[in-house]
Amino acid sequence: MEKSAISKTKQFLFSIFSGFDRQLGLILLALAAIGFFTFLSASQNTPVHFQDELRNLMLSFMVMWIVSRIPPKWLETAAVWIYVIGITLLVAVAIFGLIKKGARRWINLGIVIQPSELMKIATPLMLAWYFHKREGVQKAWDYGVAAIILGIPVFLIARQPDLGTALLVFAAGMYVIILAGLPWKWILPFIAIGTFGIILIIIFGNTICANDVTWPLIHAYQKHRVCTLLDPSSDPLGKGFHTIQSMIAIGSGGFFGKGWFQGTQSHLEFIPEKHTDFVFAVFSEEFGLLGNLILLGLFFALIKRGLAISASAPNLFTRLLGGSVTLIFFTYAFVNIGMVSGLLPVVGVPLPFISYGGTALVTLGFGAGILMSIHRHRRLVQS
Amino acid sequence: MVSFKKPNLDSFQGRIHIATLFVTFCFLILVTRLVWLQLISHNKYALQAENNRIALVPAPANRGLLIDRNGIVIGRNYSALTLDINAEEIQGNVDTLIDELSQIVMISPKDRRNFKRSLEDSRKMGTFPLRSMLTEAETARFMANRYRFPGVEIRARNFREYPYNELASHLIGYIGRVSKADKERMQAEIENAKADDPSALQTSFLPGIQYVGKIGIEQSYEEVLRGTPGYDQVEITAGGKPVRTLSSSPSVPGKNVVLSIDIKLQYLVEQLYGNFRGAFVAIEPATGDILAFVSKPNFNPNDFVEGIDAITWKELNDSPQKPLYNRPLKGIYPPASTYKPFMALAALETKKRTATQSIADPGYFVFGNHTFRDDKKGGHGMVDMEKSIVDSCDTYYYLLARDMGVNMMHDFMKPFGFGQITGIDLRGESKGILPSTEWKKIAFKKPEQQKWYEGETISLGIGQGYNTFTILQLAHGMANMVNNGIVMKPHLVKAIEDPFTKNRTLTTPKESYRIDLNPENIEVIKKAMVEVNNSGTSASVFRGAGYKVGGKTGTAQVFNLNAKEYNHGSTAEFLRDHALYIAFAPADKPTITIALIVENAGFGAQYAAPIARKALDFYLEGKWPKEIPEWKRAP
Repeated sequence: MEKSAISKTKQFLFSIFSGFDRQLGLILLALAAIGFFTFLSASQNTPVHFQDELRNLMLSFMVMWIVSRIPPKWLETAAVWIYVIGITLLVAVAIFGLIKKGARRWINLGIVIQPSELMKIATPLMLAWYFHKREGVQKAWDYGVAAIILGIPVFLIARQPDLGTALLVFAAGMYVIILAGLPWKWILPFIAIGTFGIILIIIFGNTICANDVTWPLIHAYQKHRVCTLLDPSSDPLGKGFHTIQSMIAIGSGGFFGKGWFQGTQSHLEFIPEKHTDFVFAVFSEEFGLLGNLILLGLFFALIKRGLAISASAPNLFTRLLGGSVTLIFFTYAFVNIGMVSGLLPVVGVPLPFISYGGTALVTLGFGAGILMSIHRHRRLVQS
Repeated sequence: MVSFKKPNLDSFQGRIHIATLFVTFCFLILVTRLVWLQLISHNKYALQAENNRIALVPAPANRGLLIDRNGIVIGRNYSALTLDINAEEIQGNVDTLIDELSQIVMISPKDRRNFKRSLEDSRKMGTFPLRSMLTEAETARFMANRYRFPGVEIRARNFREYPYNELASHLIGYIGRVSKADKERMQAEIENAKADDPSALQTSFLPGIQYVGKIGIEQSYEEVLRGTPGYDQVEITAGGKPVRTLSSSPSVPGKNVVLSIDIKLQYLVEQLYGNFRGAFVAIEPATGDILAFVSKPNFNPNDFVEGIDAITWKELNDSPQKPLYNRPLKGIYPPASTYKPFMALAALETKKRTATQSIADPGYFVFGNHTFRDDKKGGHGMVDMEKSIVDSCDTYYYLLARDMGVNMMHDFMKPFGFGQITGIDLRGESKGILPSTEWKKIAFKKPEQQKWYEGETISLGIGQGYNTFTILQLAHGMANMVNNGIVMKPHLVKAIEDPFTKNRTLTTPKESYRIDLNPENIEVIKKAMVEVNNSGTSASVFRGAGYKVGGKTGTAQVFNLNAKEYNHGSTAEFLRDHALYIAFAPADKPTITIALIVENAGFGAQYAAPIARKALDFYLEGKWPKEIPEWKRAP
């Protein structure tokens, strides 16, 4: 009687988690746990409660579970629709959107949503679908079409303005295009120009950041952001303040950190957005370099696993989609840590599974679900 | 042309490998960055985090009191409620904020000006008083409206107060808010002190020092008076909100300074001057204690404490009376006939004359083609040393000066302190001129001017010519003579008093050096000077004095009359003669010596000697002149 109950439960659990990638699941669970504990410390004296974070995490895992059970074939079928709906919403935002903090990014459909978040998945989905369709008959102009598919959402999002998200969507799409086989001859010159440009900016930072110099195509505040990155002390009480303070938080953490709930920088409100975008500074201060190495290790393992899943995926659509999703995870983590540690300009990018925030967690859960679904259905598709 | 291969699994996996390499590379960058921040720069950031977290809230020290030799407090502190504004929290326009505040408490244009000036001086750092001495009603009104004014608060503050206002203003000086220059100077001093003694760090808490002595005793005894500011170590948020106090370092109050001044004597003399300008110095010869140090006219130091307003400043600064000028310290005047007793002593000591040697005075002395006149037409007849002093015979001293020569006079007078820095404990002392051939070589540029002409020696004998001394030097010289050549450094501060135990540490007396003088010679001069007040120029002034007093009048020409007759009434006020007087009393054992000048007043006997008489009557016998209002102790 009792034995059969246990076996029934076991059977039920097995059916639920069958195909649920164990490695990926454990890594994400560990990240979520780190995120939750950091959140408890970071959210002190803030109006957000840990119940919200717990709910968001559960929601994220639920989405992940649901998506992991959806066959990739369905996603392939829905790709165009999701993309079209996404673009429609972006256009609607441009016309009817709500304005907050000077940007038109949100739309009220009963609940207020931010369609640009959806495009982070919808764009690579669409591109993967397109390259999958053109597999075997690929021509040079296919990259032109891909550029249009990618360009529309990036343009619409950049106009909101939300340069951070636009760059992330652009990156997500570019990952698909590059993985689909964009010739190196086309990629390398851009890498070279980019590298050269960055070196130039660093060398001539003082000259181009002079007050009377305006940059073509770039808003004054965006120039300001890059310039304060080059020299945070140039604006110690303004834009540079956040970078300086988060660097102080990270640096003062030392090797072992100050201990959970012991971070002075975060608890004395020196860190901005300390439970969302700058949560890494809180974590770094309290858990030190040791904690950071573990955290980076987890992210690295997550990406390795994601790339491994993609490499063994059954068809081009799943390969491209998996690779892109994985590299988005990487981009989030790299850009977030880079910006909090003062390497990159401050753009609103959350740290995957660590930062507080419902939409991002759901999007990330969705991405993780896609990877699991790909893993789960690899044999089914092959057979 | 680019060729497009069919993308197969191999090429995809190749790209995945490259992606892995790229990701690894990027993660290594992050790890490097974190190692840089958390290991290599850890100490720097840990310190910055600590500095972030902890604010030092200054606790200013109570400034020491200024007390006269009889225990009367002439510089003190009082506590009053003030309306303070934290400059860092001002949002929007300062004037708008003050306008709004003025609906609740009275704010004068002066308050507003002072506040804005301290705001500019400090580059908007720190908390500044807008209005002091709030009434109870104002305090209550503000407290009810407090929520409307973030960064504005009521605090009890200590203020410096000089209860007798103008009295003794030049010697007391005043304090004022620390200026940027003061701050930089103090910073440099602290750096130097730290280099010598690292534990001196304790005194280095500059933000706690809000006032600093600007002139006078307040300036010269600043370090003693100031004390050591304390501070609370307070943990603060990024917004500057205090969270908790971590530790406290209490302030150490400054020490009291006990002046050698008799403030009642000072008051009396200042009153005696009336509307005249001038300087008066009284010294206790045995100790070098300065008993009175008068500069008239004077000013109210209270006006300066919280920043003087522009109108008062302009008035003081532009006044032809020069009320801000410290006359006894900086004013240099020809000593005129008050120099004669010193010349006579020089004659005896250098054996150029004996006391009984006489000259025949025809009323003038011809040297080269120049005639030096006596003030008495027809001359004084046969004049010996005593008569030369009593009748103030110029011819006697023309001859004496010729016989001594400029350098012998210089060498004799120098140890008395003429034309020298006396070393009084105030800054900015003038040196004056005690001429010599050496001096002239340095003082003039052109070779023909550098040469000493014998004719220039003659008028030195009667305290004119190049001779210019301060009244302080004159009083000091008098004290040195009656002290039998023992030179005591003149000083305004007698002792430093511990504010709690009241233990006094004597800062003085200090014997500087001794002049080798024959006491018999000094007696000759003293006797002659007593005779001046018995039968000489100031005899009428001292009639009926209850003590024996020696003195000498002097009348100094302000400009050269070119042998024209001087008519006091018809001469413009600022060109009239200065009246001088020097004195010591009681004659047998002097406890006070005096030198004074009444600017542009006329004859010494008529204008200067009466002031000395009344000052001595009070100091020696406690007699208060009827025409002077009673001294009232400040509440």
